[in-house]
Amino acid sequence: MKVLVTGASGLLGSTTAAALVARGDEVITFQRRPSGVAGARDVQGDMSDPAALRRACEGVDAVVHLAAKVALTGPEEEYRAVNVEGTRALLAGAREAGAARYVQVSSPSVAHVGTSLVGEGAGTADPEHARGPYARTKAAAELLALAADAPGFAVVAVRPHVVWGPGDTQLVGRVVERARVGRMVVIGDGTALIDTTYMDDAAAAVVAALDHAGDDDAHGRAFVISSAQPRTVGELLAKMAVAGGAPVPTRRIPTRAASAAGHAVEAVWKGLRAAGHPLGAEEPPLTSFLAEQLGTAHWFDQRETQRVLQWAPQVELDEGFRRVAAWYAEHPDR
Amino acid sequence: MTRAPAALPPAGLPGLDPAWSRLVAFTDADGTQRTVHLLDGADAVREATGAEPVGVLLAVHGNPTWSYLWRSLLLPAAAAGWRLVALDQLDMGFSERTGTRRRLERRIDDLGRLTDHLGIATTPVDDGGVPVVTIGHDWGGVVSSGWAGRHRGALAGVVLLNTAVHQPEGASLPAILVPFTTRGLHTAATTTTDAFMRATMGTARRPLRPGVADAYLAPYRCASRRVGVGAFVADIPVTPGHPSAPALDEVAAGLSAIGADRVPSLLVWGPGDPVFRQRYLHDLRTRLPHGDVQLFEGTGHLLVEDVDAERGVAGTVVRWLERLGASASAPTPGPAGETERAPLWSALRERAQDDAVAVAQLRVGAPAEVLTWRELATRVDDLAEGLAASGVRRGDRVALLVPPGPDLSALFSACLRLGAVVVVADAGLGVKGLTRAVSSADPAVVIGIERALLAARVLGWPGRRVLAGPSAGARRRALGDVDLLADLEARGRARRTAPGHVPLPEPSASDQGAVLFTSGSTGPAKGVVHTHATLQALRDAAAETCGLGPGGSLVAAFAPFAILAPLLGATCSVPETDVTKPDTLTAAALARAVAAVAPDDDAAPPVVFASPAALRRVVATAGEVDPAGGAALARVRLLLSAGAPVSTELLAEAGDVLPRAECRTPYGMTEGLLVAQTNLTERQAAGSGEGVLVGSPLPGTRVATSALDASGRATGPLVEGAEAPTGEIVVRSPLMKDHYDQLWDVQRESVRDTPGAEGEAGWHRTGDVGHLDAAGRVWVEGRLAHVITTSAGPVTPVGPEQRTEALAGVLRAAVVGVGPVGTQQPVVVVESEGAAVPAGPAPLELLDAVRAAAGTPVPVAAVLVVDELPTDVRHRSKIDRTKVAAWADQVLRGEVRAERTGW
Repeated sequence: MKVLVTGASGLLGSTTAAALVARGDEVITFQRRPSGVAGARDVQGDMSDPAALRRACEGVDAVVHLAAKVALTGPEEEYRAVNVEGTRALLAGAREAGAARYVQVSSPSVAHVGTSLVGEGAGTADPEHARGPYARTKAAAELLALAADAPGFAVVAVRPHVVWGPGDTQLVGRVVERARVGRMVVIGDGTALIDTTYMDDAAAAVVAALDHAGDDDAHGRAFVISSAQPRTVGELLAKMAVAGGAPVPTRRIPTRAASAAGHAVEAVWKGLRAAGHPLGAEEPPLTSFLAEQLGTAHWFDQRETQRVLQWAPQVELDEGFRRVAAWYAEHPDR
Repeated sequence: MTRAPAALPPAGLPGLDPAWSRLVAFTDADGTQRTVHLLDGADAVREATGAEPVGVLLAVHGNPTWSYLWRSLLLPAAAAGWRLVALDQLDMGFSERTGTRRRLERRIDDLGRLTDHLGIATTPVDDGGVPVVTIGHDWGGVVSSGWAGRHRGALAGVVLLNTAVHQPEGASLPAILVPFTTRGLHTAATTTTDAFMRATMGTARRPLRPGVADAYLAPYRCASRRVGVGAFVADIPVTPGHPSAPALDEVAAGLSAIGADRVPSLLVWGPGDPVFRQRYLHDLRTRLPHGDVQLFEGTGHLLVEDVDAERGVAGTVVRWLERLGASASAPTPGPAGETERAPLWSALRERAQDDAVAVAQLRVGAPAEVLTWRELATRVDDLAEGLAASGVRRGDRVALLVPPGPDLSALFSACLRLGAVVVVADAGLGVKGLTRAVSSADPAVVIGIERALLAARVLGWPGRRVLAGPSAGARRRALGDVDLLADLEARGRARRTAPGHVPLPEPSASDQGAVLFTSGSTGPAKGVVHTHATLQALRDAAAETCGLGPGGSLVAAFAPFAILAPLLGATCSVPETDVTKPDTLTAAALARAVAAVAPDDDAAPPVVFASPAALRRVVATAGEVDPAGGAALARVRLLLSAGAPVSTELLAEAGDVLPRAECRTPYGMTEGLLVAQTNLTERQAAGSGEGVLVGSPLPGTRVATSALDASGRATGPLVEGAEAPTGEIVVRSPLMKDHYDQLWDVQRESVRDTPGAEGEAGWHRTGDVGHLDAAGRVWVEGRLAHVITTSAGPVTPVGPEQRTEALAGVLRAAVVGVGPVGTQQPVVVVESEGAAVPAGPAPLELLDAVRAAAGTPVPVAAVLVVDELPTDVRHRSKIDRTKVAAWADQVLRGEVRAERTGW
């Protein structure tokens, strides 16, 4: 099978592309930088360039779409251009090329309107009420993709929740970095239960979605993906820090204060960006969205996902932490 | 008076589908055409079942509600094939404002003309007509009962919710109604203002959902639309001379006739109703003696709104309708009636001429209070006659709030002999629980010591009060008007010794004997009704398993056995402690109680009954026993630890204090006190397993399990005997309860629909989960309500709790589930030894150790540390997992800080 994987330079994208290569698929990747995936053919380009996308789609049987603008702040138009318009162009390219399957990698935040999520399934994406520009534009993109599901063009959306693993700079890297300098704070008493997805399991789920996209009970639907081992925020942060050789974070701030601080920080960053300050282009240390994410429960009912995709996570979280620790041992500079 | 046509309700009222509404015109007794608004479920039945209705449920609302009251009933009834027809009475709801005064007689007539017009009840069931069940609330209960009395040919059943058809003689009008019935005040309160409407809405025990109160008030927006409300209240026959009194009398007589003919009936009751209080329920039960009753504890007048529909009124009524056809055949008898046994008073009668000690109550610094068998038998007969003379009849209830001792022993047996039903409410329920229990049991007489009667008066418990024991001075005056037990006894003796005296007739085995109460760890305490037959079976099981009979002796440090001893013919001593406070029993006090029944080594070796709480204190004070006491304790041949689960360690320590005693512990419940038993030797040999070993079923007792489905419901077939898999423990035994008191729906739920392997009925669901091992022994793994339903299947709590408690530093643990049924995550909440670990999320080391030890199929998601786990009121030993689960859920949502438990 010839598969186009967009966003293959990211953690989940590269792992997924590598998994497809490993099982003998012909893999094309599409992103701005080289993917670094051995055995895959890179097509470099931007999601806001429809012509480049069309070229990348040539002759493919299937598309796995991971590329997205992921951040916590910034003007919504930028997100829209990549996440919504990029998806629209990719769908058009895929159909033109005659691809039969399409997997949209989405996010549980597309259906999340701010309350705690306890053992819930995959609700309908809600571009109006989702929190923050990333979630809103991803929600719109998911709706676009699922609406394109048609005979001969099977679309499945998967929503992995908090993907992490060895070499992960987004989550583990930041936690370790901050914990080392004593700047990692735990919000509340860190008891909110959070689902996470170990990288290899997330990639396996994306591959499973690709393989089962045409199944009667799969196409046209969205599925949340997780390792189905929710843990408290406190445990996750502590074990990530320890795996990276940092001390267990002990600083705590109350949930409400964290949320307020997040709002304040967002406002300051917005000001910096407007003033053209270089710091404005970087990620703020805390946002109200993040405070909410870390202060309230987010875990999901995985029974339907596992049944339909005929997939189950293989890596126990503690095994995942051991692998992260091994990675840090091999990368003493990180 | 104002006239106005009928109208359809506005759209958008919560829970009401406009498609159900119809306006129907019929001709009343004056030949005038009248239009009513009604809800009609006929189409809903066809849609749900694809067939014509199997019956009509004719619903009549009260004052000041309207058919909106019945909205939650329409669809569930339709799904069961029953067509709800719920009208708004004329001048009420959205029906026509007639400008006439319509008294009760006219209203019953109106309803008959309306049903004639609708073709309901026009053909008797025997001639192929569709059966009708009436349901009425408040004064709608009167109208519907009146209709029922006049349409017996089509009548298949009667359902009544908080209503009355008769003002009991001498009973004053409920205070809340006085302002609404007093002339002058009446018009202002009911019509001019909407005070009556708002007062009615105010009786709801839980806040009405948004829009619901407004929906109730919708047809009564201005004074002219409330004329019917006022007229209705004015029509309450408060005095015999009232114009509606004859009509009400006819309704009452009709209902009694319905009861006498055993037409199925169901009384659904909210006990917290300030208007329709207990005495009205009592009156209705007298009229419908074979009817079913379902009380909803914690609900009041608007009980329809006080509990959610499925568990509450709508669900119960529909389940009752579904059983209507089936219940026509006689209920299958349970195992209790399968064996003929001696009456409960036979042992007492046999020893009536015996001057040996029957009961000895030990006292601090005073000689023991002693009663011989002859004295006891005489007291029992005198008290039975005295109670009868004071008006207590067979089947009447008598609450005994008397501590164990000679008085209680005599009173209990006297009630049984008379055929009165003993209400055994114990202080372990707490004052609130006790009040609820006694009120719902509705005793005719409360016999109690001073403290109990003071509470009875202050808390307004029903029943005449009889004082047992001393009382004087201000406290005596505070008791108010009470009878004295001694007077009762003297009266009985006079009657009994009078010439030509005829002994009281003996009650039969199927008569009710006692009402006991569950500990109420899951919801309000439930009354459990035991018949003479089940009590006889209990007595015989105790005699057989403990080798107790005439000539035997026991020490009752656990209250229930003080009552049982005279029935066994065994001598009994009660230690010098407050039995309601079991942790006050010392080893020395126990030794004195043993010496009282076994003064030397030639005496028959006694049996000791004690609760684990009492045993803990006995063990702690064992060092203070003198040599004579030690010798007495060594005479004990059998220790039974009862009342709450006991640990193997405590049983072993108790064995050291009672060196020659076999240390045994039975497994049972209020519904069936002896199901299985095990002893220390067997426990120690069995070692640890999944759950707690409670032993082998008693002879004549059959134990099965019913496997759980993914949602944790016990749906599996009954599997009996060795290797029965983990599931709900289901028991068939002659000593098992007859039924739950006035809890029709709970009783239905407690009995297995699917009979056992051999097709017999009478299997009781215990609500416990567990399995049977290869030797057929029972292991209890927790409560069904506490099963954690993970995506890998149901997980029972006790096994992982025991493995967690085996970890160093962990004192106690509760394993609970958080999240939706079927995908729950296991969570462990621990108490650390000496509170060494601060409350909050467990530190990583403890967390990993507990997760590994618990070994659940879905790994433990979180471990929380608390200073103290909550326990039940009665035994202070059973961990309240429901409370723990609710708290853990909030903490793990991030809504509550883990340091704050709030129990």
